[in-house]
Amino acid sequence: MRAYVIRRLLALIPTLFFASVIVFSTVRLIPGDIIDMMIAQNDIAADKTSREQLEQALGLDQPMYIQYFRWMGGILLRGDFGSSLWQEQSVIGEIMERLPTTFQLGTMALLVALVVAIPVGVWSAIRQDTWGDYLGRSFSILMLAVPSFWLGTIVMVFPAIWWGISPEVKFVPFWQDPVGNMLQLSLPALILGTSLSAISMRMTRTMMLEVLRQDYVRTAWAKGMGERTVVVRHALRNALIPVVTLIGLQAPILIGGTVIMEQIFVIPGMGLMLLEAVSRRDYPIITGVFLIVGVAVVLINLLVDLSYGLLDPKVRYR
Amino acid sequence: MSVTAAPAETSAAPSPRGPMANFFIRLVRDKPLGAIGAVIFLLFLVCGVFADVLAPYGINQISPVNRLKPPSARFWLGTDHLGRDMLSRILYGAQLSVIIGFAAATLATVISVVIGIVTGYLGGKVDLIIQRVVDAWMSFPELIILIVVVSVLGPGMIQVIFVLGLTFGIGGSRIIRGAVVSVREQMYVHSAQSMGASTPRILLQHILPNVLPPIIVLFTTRVGAVILVESGLSFLGFGVPPPAPTWGGMLSGTGRTYMYMAPWLALAPGLCLTLVVYGINVLGDAMRDLLDPRMRGSR
Repeated sequence: MRAYVIRRLLALIPTLFFASVIVFSTVRLIPGDIIDMMIAQNDIAADKTSREQLEQALGLDQPMYIQYFRWMGGILLRGDFGSSLWQEQSVIGEIMERLPTTFQLGTMALLVALVVAIPVGVWSAIRQDTWGDYLGRSFSILMLAVPSFWLGTIVMVFPAIWWGISPEVKFVPFWQDPVGNMLQLSLPALILGTSLSAISMRMTRTMMLEVLRQDYVRTAWAKGMGERTVVVRHALRNALIPVVTLIGLQAPILIGGTVIMEQIFVIPGMGLMLLEAVSRRDYPIITGVFLIVGVAVVLINLLVDLSYGLLDPKVRYR
Repeated sequence: MSVTAAPAETSAAPSPRGPMANFFIRLVRDKPLGAIGAVIFLLFLVCGVFADVLAPYGINQISPVNRLKPPSARFWLGTDHLGRDMLSRILYGAQLSVIIGFAAATLATVISVVIGIVTGYLGGKVDLIIQRVVDAWMSFPELIILIVVVSVLGPGMIQVIFVLGLTFGIGGSRIIRGAVVSVREQMYVHSAQSMGASTPRILLQHILPNVLPPIIVLFTTRVGAVILVESGLSFLGFGVPPPAPTWGGMLSGTGRTYMYMAPWLALAPGLCLTLVVYGINVLGDAMRDLLDPRMRGSR
């Protein structure tokens, strides 16, 4: 097991390296000079108007590969992502302030997705081709098509028109009022989670159908075990493994979704931070958030891989 | 060479019809939901292509007297805060979605096919390295890549098409690669190799036609995915800039504040998006089952 974990960690290195190159080069895609553009658009903070200061702040006074190594070196050795062009705050400090909120929203949405997807998927499979199955499948295929930002808009607009209810816009931090905070995040989590549940639900159903046809499940039935035991203990455990993989694959969708929810419900997470940084062209922040998101997705997928052993003892870590 | 390679179960007698006609007959007979999806998809195409003819008013024809009018015989879907006809804007929005959806999905499919066929067939170190880059690329959410690129290049239709095509193209290359790997070891590929056929010839003549079904399915589903992500991007204000009538953009920006007075503004764009993406998804599912038995899930 330990050898497997170490090998998986080593395998991350090329992926993370290419991810950092993607982040680094995307922000330098710009035709011409970022600084010329920033000065031309008057897009910069008053105290940093001089060219040299800007070049230094962005580290553009060096050749490309040195820029990359300086940037990477700063991150790896000192955890230094640079500092915001506008506020005198380090990028990593700002990210660490915002990350927990996004993480909380994402986790809540994921929980909603699983709580919806697994029971409905299982029910659809054990009652294949009944009305319940059709209903569950229609719901999931419909949810795949509904844009979460539209759902969010509808939830904001119609209760306000009909009953004069609108969600609290002022964000309540968790440590001030945990209950209020959870209540506030529950609506966006519910919307995001229901959108996400569609794929997992389909996967759970397909996998359950496959597993339910296996010999050992028939044996379990033949031994006279109850439906609950057969379905939950024998079938579901094996059907869940691909569903867990799917959670890893959905991580990017989940993070993309939190950006939209944070925008609609004005939640000060990392997504909103990115949007604010983009509107101010605060490149150190944009690069920082971009990289952290990529690393987070890679790590989530690692955890998913490692969790196989817990769900399925058959998986030998070869 | 037949593209749709009818499975053995249905090939009773050689049919005088072409493969396309055959496909549609099977679609209607075996997959009624998919046929509904096809109808929605065609309707969407017609609306997009003929928006200029169908729209009763101009895209940005402002009419201050008719601000925020509810749906009526004159304005079927009502008007927005500038008195612009929502039906016309929805139709022109369909046009934008058709253009972006097809252009980006085509670009994505081409990229997927090139990467997928080359890495899947060649294997070895090239495959290993390119797959790590694909891994790295896929760990970024499409929406975030788009936001970052637009922050650098500025908003606009070309940027959106390019980045959507690149993002979905790199991600989708996995599906094509998987199909190529399973075709690569077939007898006819080995015999072509032993006859001394060149690699490009094998790729184009033997591999490509046999991975066509997943390519067609991939393209179809990508149109829907592109439209959905583009609308999210426009909603956040990073898509094709206003006053272009994107469906996502109509739900955001200044229009949002008027939705409380004119709720019809919130309904039409979202319903259209949902309907079109739904249609494409069920069509894609049906096509997968009919064209590509290997990708078939359990019913």
